[in-house]
Amino acid sequence: MRILEGEKVTKYFGGLAALSNVTFHIGKGEIVGLIGPNGAGKTTLFNLISGALPTKSGTIKFKDEKITGLKPHQICRLGVARTFQTVKIFANMPVLDNALVGSFFGTPTSMSSADAAREAIESLELVGLSAARAIPARDLTLANQKRLEVARALATKPELLLLDELMAGLNQTEMAEAMELVTELRDKGITIFMIEHVMKAIMGTCDRIMVLHHGEKIAEGTPREIAKNKTVVDVYLGA
Amino acid sequence: MDMTAFASKRFLVPGLVSLILLVLLATSPLYISSYNVILLAAILMYIVLTVSWAFFSGPTGYLSLATAAFFGVGLYTTAVLGKALPLLAVVAAGGLVSFVLAFIVGAITLRLRGIYFAIFTFGLVELIKHALLFWEITVTGTRGRFVVLVGNNTIYYVVLGILVLLLLTVYFVRRSKFGLAMQSIGDNEDAAAHMGVNVTLVKVITFAVSAFFIGAVGAIMATRWTYIDPYVAFNPLFSFLPVLMAIFGGLGQFYGPIIGAAIFAYLEELLLTKFPYYYMLIFGIVLVVVILYLPDGLIGLIQRARQRWQKGGLTGKHANT
Repeated sequence: MRILEGEKVTKYFGGLAALSNVTFHIGKGEIVGLIGPNGAGKTTLFNLISGALPTKSGTIKFKDEKITGLKPHQICRLGVARTFQTVKIFANMPVLDNALVGSFFGTPTSMSSADAAREAIESLELVGLSAARAIPARDLTLANQKRLEVARALATKPELLLLDELMAGLNQTEMAEAMELVTELRDKGITIFMIEHVMKAIMGTCDRIMVLHHGEKIAEGTPREIAKNKTVVDVYLGA
Repeated sequence: MDMTAFASKRFLVPGLVSLILLVLLATSPLYISSYNVILLAAILMYIVLTVSWAFFSGPTGYLSLATAAFFGVGLYTTAVLGKALPLLAVVAAGGLVSFVLAFIVGAITLRLRGIYFAIFTFGLVELIKHALLFWEITVTGTRGRFVVLVGNNTIYYVVLGILVLLLLTVYFVRRSKFGLAMQSIGDNEDAAAHMGVNVTLVKVITFAVSAFFIGAVGAIMATRWTYIDPYVAFNPLFSFLPVLMAIFGGLGQFYGPIIGAAIFAYLEELLLTKFPYYYMLIFGIVLVVVILYLPDGLIGLIQRARQRWQKGGLTGKHANT
């Protein structure tokens, strides 16, 4: 069953085609990786899915429902949550309040304060931040800020989670923990669509990989297929 | 000490202090001179303007310079409706007209960010001023209006009532789910939107509620002026003073803008009466010093002093043991 489908998704920035006619789909329960050189349009695609940017043409469907044209908060409430490439935590708020914003406003059905608090704490526990709940978010390390972004997204009870470069800037240990977390989330039934530059992370966790280059999808397949794909190798090695 | 005792103590002390202050304020017209009643009413008015401004601009980070516009709309509402309706209805009408105006303006302009929003809100003051002037010159053929007069004590009590209502609103909203949304917008609006916060709606409602109180206090203060015209009613100073007062007091805390406005307004009156020739000069120097050396306002100064005192107290105890 397809949870997310994109049909000829196109986006221009001025005269530049950031994305042109990208057609893709994500199956329920999959971990799909999105890779490509800098400027390939990966984050733009995420911005179109989450509603941060309006789509020029083409449609995106979430669970067979058209979501192009909806506002970010509406898309979030439908069950699509995301993290950001450059962390966008609520720096001046305590860690718990960061997650509370998600559980209060982002869940499909609105919850009582007690339920929202429970949901927020559960999501913090899942990423290993429940001990830090009273600390202002700005005092966390980068790795923990990224965890907080995940927790905050989880607090909205998503069915689809978009992870934008979760591993960037993490050291080896932190990266291993992050990969473990991604697999754990999938086991809980959350579909994952992730942008990643760290090949080890992508190859190790993804069921399927999509490659973007200059706004076009140039390849798609299992990690093994992608590693052998000639076009992909050319793009990355600049042949 | 167990948690409940700790929690109740935390709320009891500020609660008791507020209650005593309220009783003092409510009974003061019985034993202070009418000059002081007028002065107190003016100070309370500034507190309402500053707290209303900070209610919206503090957590969301949107610098609004529209205070004078909503204040002027309140003033004009009384000038127009003052004779037709009872006083409290006029005050409520002033608030409601401002609320509706802010709602419409907010819905159109709150997608502007940073400096653009600030400039637009300031433009709104001029826009309404000149629209009214145009109306008065071409349609009614008169400039300005006389306003119904009301006793000083009545003005004082209405302003006090508006202030109490405002403080209760601010206190409970800041602690609510809605307050959390406001804060998340100020911290990172994009992230807030992606966490399911309807950022436009939250901003517009907050802006309109803050305008309600500004308009209401304008409506009652109009009765002090006897005569108003667009230049008097839409004085840009009323846009800037609340910002200065809030920064002077400190924006981080609930009581920062309250203390800032109270001291600032009193200082203004004191300097104006005691040093009429140097008033603006001294005032300017005080402001520059505060902004340069007290980035967190007076509240920041108090907090630092308290921390130092607590540290001193702790080390003192260590020395004893």
